[in-house]
Amino acid sequence: MAVSSAAVQPRPSIPSRILSLLADSRNALGFGFMLPAAALLLVFLTYPLGLGIWLGFTDARIGRPGIFIGIENYQYLSDDAVFWLSVFNTLLYTISASILKFALGLWLALILNQNLPIKSFFRAIILLPFVVPTVLSAIAFWWIYDSQFSILSWALMEMGLIDNRINFLGDPENARASVIAANVWRGIPFVAITLLAGLQTIPQSLYEAATLDGASRSQLFRFVTLPLLTPIIAITMTFSVLFTFTDFQLIYVLTRGGPVNATHLMATLSFQRGISGGQLGEGAAIAVAMIPFLLAAILFSYFGLQRRKWQQGGGD
Amino acid sequence: MAEIKRAEIKSAAIKKTKRPELDEGGMGYLQSLPRRVVTVYLPLLVFVIVLLFPFYWMTITAIKPNHEMTDYANFNPFWVVHPTFEHIRYLLFDTSYPGWLLNTIIISTAATFLSLLAAVFAAYAIERLRFSGARHVGLTIFLAYLVPPSILFIPLSVMVFNLGLYDTPFALILTYPTFLIPFCTWLLMGYFRSIPFELEECALIDGASRWQILTKIVLPLSVPGLISAGIFAFTLSWNEFIYALTFIQSSENKTVPVGVLTELVRSDVYEWGALMAGALIGSLPVVVLYSFFVEHYVSSMTGAVKE
Repeated sequence: MAVSSAAVQPRPSIPSRILSLLADSRNALGFGFMLPAAALLLVFLTYPLGLGIWLGFTDARIGRPGIFIGIENYQYLSDDAVFWLSVFNTLLYTISASILKFALGLWLALILNQNLPIKSFFRAIILLPFVVPTVLSAIAFWWIYDSQFSILSWALMEMGLIDNRINFLGDPENARASVIAANVWRGIPFVAITLLAGLQTIPQSLYEAATLDGASRSQLFRFVTLPLLTPIIAITMTFSVLFTFTDFQLIYVLTRGGPVNATHLMATLSFQRGISGGQLGEGAAIAVAMIPFLLAAILFSYFGLQRRKWQQGGGD
Repeated sequence: MAEIKRAEIKSAAIKKTKRPELDEGGMGYLQSLPRRVVTVYLPLLVFVIVLLFPFYWMTITAIKPNHEMTDYANFNPFWVVHPTFEHIRYLLFDTSYPGWLLNTIIISTAATFLSLLAAVFAAYAIERLRFSGARHVGLTIFLAYLVPPSILFIPLSVMVFNLGLYDTPFALILTYPTFLIPFCTWLLMGYFRSIPFELEECALIDGASRWQILTKIVLPLSVPGLISAGIFAFTLSWNEFIYALTFIQSSENKTVPVGVLTELVRSDVYEWGALMAGALIGSLPVVVLYSFFVEHYVSSMTGAVKE
């Protein structure tokens, strides 16, 4: 009895000794390992974030550090029709582009989830719009939307659908529709491929079981696909909404906010006022005004994640 | 009689489920071919055409001579009769384009390596050292990924200017990690999590230090993850626009996206051929890289969302 306990005792003590040895250095080691990333992020992410909020309360210009002027920038912006127009444009742009991206992306994901012959090839080429630099593909769209030589106008006129060339980027309504279309074009692949990854995790047996129970095609989608896909839809759409809301490149290339500010987003207005116009304080205030919307999107993502737990029976 | 029939059905059903191609497609075999054409192949064709058309248009414009480019009456715009390399020659020899390409390559590579290095240590510390508060740090890293460049570029431009980095490649090499590190760390955390603890415990018992475990066990096992993160980070830096536009002033220091947009567009008469050639050549490196590592790219894209 005594022998066996003596033989057994050292065994748990070896890992525990290693653990205790590690525990001493664990925090120190962790600190050392975190240092490069933490330093870079603190200096170039956290500090600028704070600096941006501070700049929003100053009248800084390029080449002149500003002084604290309280909420004057925000007061000015709240009376500024262009600012409110840019807020409206941003919301319109984000909401309509996100809905279209989601609907078309989900559709494309469902198509790709069918048993296609050269699926990986299709998946690879469909991602191309996402891989190619946005500015460079936006330049291609600029040429497609050209007021004189637009290939779309030409094709529609050849088909006899329209009589006159479409003024894609010169007319406020058309310009809004055009930039949304270009954004949707770029965003569909991301949504489709991430949702496809989600679709592939749904077991086929669930569909078979539902079919045996007499579910129709739409019921299969409604009661099997959609609930199981909800968590990944929440995350994908949060990312999509976030990047659409803060979009800059596409607008800067296609319209620079014109015509008559009809396509100015908050990000482009912030650039125009802050960098081109030199009013750093005002530009920073516009950028800070985007933060509440972003927080709302992040909270949405958080609750999207929460949902996952009860959906998978708490086994997450 | 009825029993025999039932047995026949049963054996047929077994045969059916055993055929692998039917199993893979789930219930796909229930769809008739015409139905599949209408619900799958036709929409897919439309999607592929719409998604690829801008690239086709870009390519065809880049090799079109100027007189064909705007003369839709005599030449079918969808095809090119006399292809020319004039625009590409102009771009490569009469503009600063090669310099922009070189800048972009240097900046993207440096930013990617810097970020990967920092991310490997951070991810290992969060996922495996499990120091106190590691979970919270992990969550903070994820939140950092959600901070968009659009709200940082103004304060960053002030900082870059004060640090004396304005108009140098270092302005971009040091700021790109702000969106690369969170992404790479998040991705690598997921990857390290999949490496069994037992391997590290064995090494610890054999007397390996944490450094040896990281370099000799964890890193060799996570090469696919490192490639995924690296490829994705490289394309993200290659595509970056707003920082490059704000922090770089002189023509010779610009990156491809900024250079093409700000230097090639000079007057009201756009040189569409050169612009399209610039867009095409600027896209090629990332597309070639992507085509070699499609699986890695897709896994990093979906991995970042799944976690």
